[in-house]
Amino acid sequence: MRPLRILFRSISSAFKSVFRNLSLSIASLTCIIITLMIVSIAIIFSSNVNYSTKEIEKDLEMVVFVKSETTEEKVKEIESNLQVLPNVEQISYVDKETAKEDMKKENDTYKKIIEGWEEGENPLDSYFIVKVKNIEDMSETAATIKNLEGVDTVNYVEDLVEKMVSTFQIIRNVLIVTVVALIFVTAFLISNTIKITIYSRRNEIDIMRLVGTSNTVIKLPFIFEGLFLGAFGSILPILVTIYSYVFLYDKLGGVLFHPLLPMMQPYNFVFKVGLILLAIGSVVGMFGSYKAVRKYLKI
Amino acid sequence: MSFIELKNVYKVYKNGITAVADVNINIKKGDFVFIIGQTACGKSSLIKLLYREERPTKGQVIVGGINVAKLKNNRVYKLRRKIGIVFQDYKLLPKLTVYENVAFVLDSYGYKESEIKPKVIDALTRVGLKEKLRSFPNELSGGEQQRVCIARAIVNKPKVLVCDEPTGNLDATTSKEIMKVIDSINKELGTTIIMATHDQDIVNRMKKRVIALKDGMLIGDWEKGSYKLDETA
Repeated sequence: MRPLRILFRSISSAFKSVFRNLSLSIASLTCIIITLMIVSIAIIFSSNVNYSTKEIEKDLEMVVFVKSETTEEKVKEIESNLQVLPNVEQISYVDKETAKEDMKKENDTYKKIIEGWEEGENPLDSYFIVKVKNIEDMSETAATIKNLEGVDTVNYVEDLVEKMVSTFQIIRNVLIVTVVALIFVTAFLISNTIKITIYSRRNEIDIMRLVGTSNTVIKLPFIFEGLFLGAFGSILPILVTIYSYVFLYDKLGGVLFHPLLPMMQPYNFVFKVGLILLAIGSVVGMFGSYKAVRKYLKI
Repeated sequence: MSFIELKNVYKVYKNGITAVADVNINIKKGDFVFIIGQTACGKSSLIKLLYREERPTKGQVIVGGINVAKLKNNRVYKLRRKIGIVFQDYKLLPKLTVYENVAFVLDSYGYKESEIKPKVIDALTRVGLKEKLRSFPNELSGGEQQRVCIARAIVNKPKVLVCDEPTGNLDATTSKEIMKVIDSINKELGTTIIMATHDQDIVNRMKKRVIALKDGMLIGDWEKGSYKLDETA
């Protein structure tokens, strides 16, 4: 019972302290709010980039044309060569007759042209459809395939997707660096707030030490104060995240500027982000106050 | 059996000043001991060694079976729960009432409110301040504030009461009253009292054991002694 009582007293004392040093608490809170807002943007952005990239990857394929005079055995060889490539997810073979039929079905113009061909004439080449695991390495894989014996050309939507993905990744990395830096700044600010609380209560702390209060009992309220500042500071960013993401999702029609880039479904996702923000706020708050307590409570 | 034992204790501060030099003292349970000497003779340093506000540079300090020199920082509170400390400057918290100033000690130990109240009332009755529970320190006289400090020191019924110049800021009449309180704690509760002072009147009147220090060295240790610093032991 006694540890529980000490815990409750620490919590209530921490709570009072947040309000007693209101201006300082507000300064820390503002910093936490700004940091968590940016953290939230970073998380939402990078999750969506990841999601879009995955979605694109699902659809993205290369078409590998086989030279027209290639024998069936040679085709088998190419197929097994393709299968062993590390970035190849799946391959399927379309021979020239199937290609002809497929093309006929595609539209009327093609159909007319093909019907104009003589019986048995087929200038089309057989091809493989290759799905890759990772689009970032797509051009490399394409170059390797192109060098295989019997391969004529390799076609894929080269530049656009690749550039878009790499740009997103740069933005995401910049965001991550910014977030880490901001988290440290926030921890430092919270640590300062707690330092001033400790300073303003140093007489009390001195007396407590002299009358035999254990170090844990002296330290706990400060740790809780940091935790509260962090947790309170995450409330506004969480609400803003939930409402603005849902709003944006509806406004943009569920895609990020282009139908190729779908956005993540808002529900569950926004709540997960909210939980992450709460966790980051609390941990950063506790970490900041823990640092201050270690440094300035010489006990 | 000694309750407090100092063996060849030295205290040298970082700036090179030797505050306590080769002091050997044994104090039995229930004793009342004055530590006398002029300003900067090492009284305060010696007192601080007892409650581990300072660590001895050399030698052994044992209080109630605890080896103070070897005590880790995070264990110091165990020692301090056995020792009540009375300060010259009272060290009360200005924003707390008399009751709260005494109660917060037990509160910080994690006692229940129902356990705290009778103990605090008992301690405040003993020092004669039962009527001023709700007053704040700045509404009290110096003597009354010192009584609050004493009540706070004895509320957990410590084995030892260490007093560092408790009458240093008080006039003669008030000092007498404070000494009456401290004496009654010694007699009624059997608390060992160690009191640093340079108040000759008090020492001469009380006829208790006197330990005299000069320049950090022990120069006298008399049973039922009086205040004399010129006589070497």
